Amino acid sequence: MKFGVVVFPGSNCDADTLYAFREVMGQPAVSLWHKDHDLAGVDCVVLPGGFSYGDYLRSGAIARFSPLMRDVREFADKGGLVLGICNGFQVLLELGLLPGAMLRNKHLKFLCRPVTLRVENDRTRFTRRARKERLLSIPIAHFDGNYYAPPETLREIEDRGQVAFRYVDADGRATPEANVNGSLNNIAGLVNARGNVLGMMPHPERAAERLLGSEDGRVIFESMISTL
Amino acid sequence: MKVRILVSFKDSVLDPQGQTVKNALHTLGYAAVKDVRQGKVFELDLAGISRAEADRLVPEMAGKVLANPIIEKFTWQIVEE
Amino acid sequence: MIDQRILDTHNLTRGEFDLIVSLIGREPNLTEIGVFSAMWSEHCSYKSSKIYLKGLPTRGRAVVQGPGENAGIIDIGGGKVIVFKIESHNHPSFIEPFQGAATGVGGILRDIFTMGARPIALLDSLRFGPLESPRNRSIMEGVVSGISSYGNSIGVPTVGGEVYFGENYALNPLVNVFCLGLADKDKIFYAKAEGIGNAVLYVGSKTGRDGIHGATMASAEFGKETEHKRPNVQVGDPFKEKLLVEACLEVMDRGVIVGIQDMGAAGLTCSTAEMPAKSGTGLEIDLDLVPQREEGMTPYEILLSESQERMLIVARPDKVAEVREIFSKWDLDAVEIGRVIEGDRMKVRFHGQVVVDVPVSAVVDLCPMYRRPVAEPAPLEPRNVRPVPSPGDLAAVFRKLLGSPTIASKEWVFRQYDHMVQTNTVLLPGADAAVLRIKGTTRALAVSLDGNSLYAQLDPKTGAAIAVAEACRNLACVGARPVGVTNCLNFGSPEKPGVMAQFKAAIDGITEACLAFEIPVTGGNVSFYNDTEGASIYPTPVLGVVGLIEDVGRVVTPGFKGEGDAVVLLGRMTPELGGSEYLKVAHGREDGLPPAINLAGERAVQETCLEAAEAGMLASAHDLSEGGLAVAAAECAFAAPGRLGCRLELEGGIRADALLFGEAQSRILVTVEPALLPALLDLAAKRGVAASRIGTIGGHRIRIAVAGAVPVDLPVEEARTIWSGAIPAYFEAKES
Repeated sequence: MKFGVVVFPGSNCDADTLYAFREVMGQPAVSLWHKDHDLAGVDCVVLPGGFSYGDYLRSGAIARFSPLMRDVREFADKGGLVLGICNGFQVLLELGLLPGAMLRNKHLKFLCRPVTLRVENDRTRFTRRARKERLLSIPIAHFDGNYYAPPETLREIEDRGQVAFRYVDADGRATPEANVNGSLNNIAGLVNARGNVLGMMPHPERAAERLLGSEDGRVIFESMISTL
Repeated sequence: MKVRILVSFKDSVLDPQGQTVKNALHTLGYAAVKDVRQGKVFELDLAGISRAEADRLVPEMAGKVLANPIIEKFTWQIVEE
Repeated sequence: MIDQRILDTHNLTRGEFDLIVSLIGREPNLTEIGVFSAMWSEHCSYKSSKIYLKGLPTRGRAVVQGPGENAGIIDIGGGKVIVFKIESHNHPSFIEPFQGAATGVGGILRDIFTMGARPIALLDSLRFGPLESPRNRSIMEGVVSGISSYGNSIGVPTVGGEVYFGENYALNPLVNVFCLGLADKDKIFYAKAEGIGNAVLYVGSKTGRDGIHGATMASAEFGKETEHKRPNVQVGDPFKEKLLVEACLEVMDRGVIVGIQDMGAAGLTCSTAEMPAKSGTGLEIDLDLVPQREEGMTPYEILLSESQERMLIVARPDKVAEVREIFSKWDLDAVEIGRVIEGDRMKVRFHGQVVVDVPVSAVVDLCPMYRRPVAEPAPLEPRNVRPVPSPGDLAAVFRKLLGSPTIASKEWVFRQYDHMVQTNTVLLPGADAAVLRIKGTTRALAVSLDGNSLYAQLDPKTGAAIAVAEACRNLACVGARPVGVTNCLNFGSPEKPGVMAQFKAAIDGITEACLAFEIPVTGGNVSFYNDTEGASIYPTPVLGVVGLIEDVGRVVTPGFKGEGDAVVLLGRMTPELGGSEYLKVAHGREDGLPPAINLAGERAVQETCLEAAEAGMLASAHDLSEGGLAVAAAECAFAAPGRLGCRLELEGGIRADALLFGEAQSRILVTVEPALLPALLDLAAKRGVAASRIGTIGGHRIRIAVAGAVPVDLPVEEARTIWSGAIPAYFEAKES
């Protein structure tokens, strides 16, 4: 499976994500320049973490207007696999490929720490290798990860099983204390209705090697690779 | 022409920054403060367009770029003709 | 006409002015006065410190670049070099904590990537006044969010550092920022302006009026009116700097430039003078071509602006188009503002007039060096001359120490930093040293920043030597061998003979320690004038030591590992209490002498730890520092999975408070599987290092018996709550 990692000005997890796909997962992966109009024939587009355009207007708000984003939207509309990590998730929300928006973390501080996620839906192309309710330890690092959606949208998301991951405690309970950034319904990651676009705040590329503390992120990559 | 656009959270959206400012003002004894909403101000210097064009362009830019309609609302005014 | 008032506002002495007149052969104009004032400031010229800094050991087989460049460079083999430096941003951080700290990060990053290295880690050494004061809390909050905002955005992990609290930093906080970069040995770049006729290009942010005379400000004592100097402080733009990093590394990688220098202190002036000075050439620039953010700027303002995120590049004329193209890809303009000329003059034009025309050597190399009056060092206090009363309830003291902000968990701080970006961080902040793997190899780099200013206040030489020793000891604890040192020397006014005496003694201490460890000093920074309203800070030498681990699989961590493992103390118990955190917290005293240090003995202890680590014997290792053995044991338990505790038994013979909380040097607490204990003790004995089993891992309590009594016996969870809750409590109380 060929992965393409989009580089925006201000992306800073692009190299980490490429490393995870190439060196850790052993898959072909290329970087895609945001000003181009070329997806280089990839099977999956990844929008990496970082601070695209400095996050100066709103996180992800300016990157959404990059030329390549039109191609990414078409790719997604045709059913192509798109993964947005952290800032990439924020871009997907701004782009409207996923519903909702991000607010500042509830404690108004940037937060970098490992969190426990619970797999909510194991039928998506991003989670099919993980059993439902499996707990994953994956780090977060963000300022604006407090997920918000209007009540009716939230209901739809829940009804359709679009929530991929929730923040939970060590025992797997989605408590208010485990909800590190204040997200509605402890939402840490969600897919679109069609199931081909995933946005998640935690960084699976930082949890792909035992040396760095956790390999739990690999199951997401393995799930994606297994769909082709 | 200079226009000022004010972007703030919709009333239905929790504004933790506004809440924090409110708490700080209360701590300092300003008990009269009932609520605080924090927002962003943009000042745009527009050249070579008419008032009518501004009436069309400003809300378009604000709705498409400056504000995220899922969580934010905006108001605008001309501050300098 | 230059009068006394102008000289005063530029911190130039009459003697310095006379020297300028003789060097340029006429009276300088106001712009030239500005140029000399900035370049001859203490901050840029090191005029009070240079004669002492010359004595530091800077040579070593692996040294590629010692002091004098933007950063030091060490060859680590395999075609790779590391580039690193520490720098202070104390004064700006007091005036505007957020921007002061943020631009400090921006500045040190530029020092590293200017040399062709990709920055891979940041660490900070921070010192604030006590957290009881809302003002100190607000300074700390501002500094931490400033560091966080810049480092996180640009994508360089902040992987560690240290935070201390003391009354003497209330009006003069210290913000020392360290950066480590990695480069290919054949792609190192220098601040060269070679090749007559080559183009001089300006890249990065536009020039505004921010930070004019920051370098001079950093070289003058603070008074009450300094708070009104706010407009002086620069504002950082991490997004712009991220673009600069990528674009600069790309032009370097493509080999299309000759030299590059960032515009830090003294801005355009500094790079315009230093680049030709290093190459024996001259430089001519036209200020009308400099991209400007504000209208009506004078040549003085343009030359001395300290607007951030700007670089000066020298390139061959036939490569200019390619340079421009690369910058344009990153949405940056590269603007040609001048060229390299024959001779040795720095020539600056503005509106067609020559406004500066001076020899670069006069500006860069001929600043007078001072041998400031040095006071006779005050006779050091005899060791603990005042008796320390027994504290009675040692368990209460233990709790109090765990909750002392200097010892307490710094998680509130480092959670705000992205410490994992770049996916190299093997040990998270809070371990003895930061460890970063080198991708594509089995090796790793380790970094530790250390300094104990109370020790240095009580005995500057010993305090400085201990800072080196402790940084190296921290490296030994993770299994890293030290390869190079950088230092940030924070002191009061060099015009005070007492301060110069401290400075001189501290340099002696660093020198002796570096010689003992056979590690070169490759650069650093001196921050004088840390005085507010007449009072100087404690002398605060902060040492940054970088180490190398050959096998990243053999990294040792501080957390206890297995029930039943043997706890061994490497090093000797001696009854030392002077300068300890215990004395400060439990008795309200900052006196006595700091613990003595025997450098040969220290090295033997470290070698023992390293050898055991490299042999894969150690389950855990942690150095003993503030709070002594009891706090060290507690920290190992906090880092253990499942709140694993320990049962320790100490022999008497030394008073119990010194055994538990004393800060005798050269000690490391290690644990090993019982089967490996004889081998470890053997290893220590071969090096003449005292080593004894003092207990066993197990249970969920920290239990320490001393000569039959059990003064410390606390559930790990309870101890951890005190330790981890102490700093957040100060900030949460404020928020409610």
